Amino acid sequence: MTTVRDAFPRGRAAIVGAATYGIGTAPGFSNFDLAAHASLKALAQAGMRPRDVDGLCIALMDETMSALSFAEYLGVHTRFVDNTRTGGSSFQIQVGVAALALEAGQCDAVLIAYGSNQRSLAGKLAPGKPSPWEAAYRPLRPISSYALAAARHMHEYGTTRAQLGEVALAARKWAQLNPDATLRTDLTMADYLGARMICDPFTARDCCLVTDGAAGIVITRADRARDHCAKPAYVLGAAHETSHREIAMMPSLTTSTTVDASRRAFAQAGIRASDIDVVELYDAFTINTIMFLEDMGFCAKGEGGPFVSDGRIAPGGTLPVNTNGGGLSCVHPGMYGLFTLVEASQQIMGVCGARQIPDVNIAVAHGNGGEFSSEALVVLGSAATVAGH
Amino acid sequence: MNDIHPEEQFKAFLEQGRFMLQRSRETGKSFFYPRVAEPGTGCVDLVWIEAAGGGVVYSTTVIRQKPPASDYNLALIDVAEGCRMMSRVEGVPPEQVAIGMKVRAKIIREGERPMLVFVPE
Repeated sequence: MTTVRDAFPRGRAAIVGAATYGIGTAPGFSNFDLAAHASLKALAQAGMRPRDVDGLCIALMDETMSALSFAEYLGVHTRFVDNTRTGGSSFQIQVGVAALALEAGQCDAVLIAYGSNQRSLAGKLAPGKPSPWEAAYRPLRPISSYALAAARHMHEYGTTRAQLGEVALAARKWAQLNPDATLRTDLTMADYLGARMICDPFTARDCCLVTDGAAGIVITRADRARDHCAKPAYVLGAAHETSHREIAMMPSLTTSTTVDASRRAFAQAGIRASDIDVVELYDAFTINTIMFLEDMGFCAKGEGGPFVSDGRIAPGGTLPVNTNGGGLSCVHPGMYGLFTLVEASQQIMGVCGARQIPDVNIAVAHGNGGEFSSEALVVLGSAATVAGH
Repeated sequence: MNDIHPEEQFKAFLEQGRFMLQRSRETGKSFFYPRVAEPGTGCVDLVWIEAAGGGVVYSTTVIRQKPPASDYNLALIDVAEGCRMMSRVEGVPPEQVAIGMKVRAKIIREGERPMLVFVPE
């Protein structure tokens, strides 16, 4: 077998618009209405209209041919289209593929969009199609799958409920700095520990929100990025890995393929974990933040619990994680992956207001699909990380 | 044509009170869930073997219900043949099921259908 080269056109594409819309509750809008609003905001930032886009990526929870429908809705004639549906990681995968398409000259500007009226419509987490091998045991998907992983992590490494709580508290503190975040009231450790158990070891405080919301980003070639954005977020690396679909098939419940995806994306970008200024990771559940920080190499496997303690990932801590408030306190409309990309981009663009981290040069936007099934990373960098820009 | 019909055959065995797994003749390995070919190798030289029934709890949770519905267990079991499956441990309160607990397969009927669960050794 030949060695996979894993080449990536580092810094050759850049995000020049990144926006959200309708976070929280947005009744009376369809998924496409919401996605259109977010897309128009992102396009306007870049000085573009829908007709200026010739590539389109989208992934909706409930429509298999959403790329066709959304191109039609916006009035976009596409030369490049992607409708990947790997759950919350779809958008990171789309950034990687879009960067390759832009580098190959197949298109000039790509819009990546997502919208969901999940809260207004149903108010429940969307679990996907039940497995015929598991449905009879009445799993509470996706919560029970992540709870099983948390239980195993606690068993193997001594991770505690209070450490899971540190993740929830940090997310809430970031949300309190974000006027768009859904939950901004104070959350104390006593509140966290006193919440009613719903799926051991998880309470509602360990689970992401069920909200409405939409997001959009615009990517173009680096050579024209400055024409559209004062501080573009250059795409330095993008990699994804898939290991399973159902939680019972996950090789180890305490290690995800974020290990491999981050190793590859960091190598493409030419960085190490210690170079990263801000981490936006997919915190569908509190255990995710602990596991993904371990898997990305910020600490050793099993040390994620102590690592997130004492406010290290909260505002004022040494590693800013999920600066928008995350899926736990800001927004989680079915799939959250595009929101980590928006926040990471905006941190590089320097437009995050009270939650802005000073001088962000490297930001990571992580996506997770299914039940630790599909892990994807995009490394973004400021102009300072790219020669000639 | 390959005559393996994974889901249909597994359920028919279960209906007869038998917990069966597939094994490849070439690799000698078993896997779950049943498929038309062994994952990874693609081996289609599969035979059904009767599982010994032993297993160990790999992870466990309790799904809490609003009364009058009862809380119930959900677990991942590593069975002796070397594969993992989702199931439920019965015969003890759901919160007393522990990782590492030795369990044994048991076929029960839930409504019309047979169902594979595990009980403590």
